[in-house]
Amino acid sequence: MMDNHFQSCIPIQKEWDIVAARQQGRDFSKQIGFGAVDQARIATAISELARNIYLYAQKGAICFEYIEDMEHKGIKIIASDEGPGISDISRVMEDGYTTSGGLGAGLPGIKRLMDHFDIYSEEGKGTEVTIQKWLR
Amino acid sequence: MRIPILKLHNYLLISIQTELDDKTAIQFQEDLLNKIHETWATGVVIDLTSVEIIDSYIAKILGDVVSMSDLMGAKVVLTGIQPAVAMTLIDLGIHLKDVPTALDLEQGLIKLRQELEE
Ligand SMILES: Nc1ncnc2c1ncn2[C@@H]1O[C@H](COP(=O)(O)OP(=O)(O)O)[C@@H](O)[C@H]1O
Ligand SMILES: [Mg+2]
Repeated sequence: MMDNHFQSCIPIQKEWDIVAARQQGRDFSKQIGFGAVDQARIATAISELARNIYLYAQKGAICFEYIEDMEHKGIKIIASDEGPGISDISRVMEDGYTTSGGLGAGLPGIKRLMDHFDIYSEEGKGTEVTIQKWLR
Repeated sequence: MRIPILKLHNYLLISIQTELDDKTAIQFQEDLLNKIHETWATGVVIDLTSVEIIDSYIAKILGDVVSMSDLMGAKVVLTGIQPAVAMTLIDLGIHLKDVPTALDLEQGLIKLRQELEE
């Protein structure tokens, strides 16, 4: 069984780390007991976060954590970097907003894929995105 | 890692059997366009049965492959998208609206033939 405080982090600095992070996220969510669809949702959210780190901040890390409360268990993922930060959060949360010619579906999409989404960013300091999903 | 592209009559068939990382996806885009140019293929089926994750970046590359092939005169059908992948794409807000899809390779070939006869 998984112990309550299990946490693991994976550095993001090469393109291949994006694949490694989503594979690890999928394995981890499978261990917690998530089904195929939620595993895909979690792995996709991680892929989006890891790619944003790689594209916009060059390097950072993604940490996974097993979480539980009285009723359920779940997964918490924290993506952090010390990149340029985001000046206008409400703008990057709009569907289709992108500064890189992407689809601009990443951040608003992650929010829909997960149960909880929190973003903290300071210009010139970096960005931290925290997401959670509960097992139902 | 390079994705093999098979030729069958006027069609190109691709079954993506590997985890799609960014480099592989971009290399595939280039290889496919070159192959269409070389072979004068009129139709392409890309089978995604083994693909477990499509994020917005890979979705964009796939969508671009479809429009670029279209410009070159080849119709593309995507087949075998897993249910979990389809649900995730919708959550991401990606609808691939103009992209023809089919359940499996066989249905994909039937769809191509129909599209090309129209
Ligand atoms: N970690 C980050 N650091 C700095 N800027 C970011 C970060 N993540 C996202 N952004 C900004 O938010 C925008 C929207 O991100 P996203 O929704 O993932 O769409 P896309 O990556 O397709 O542009 C990006 O274009 C970028 O300007
Ligand atoms: Mg993004």
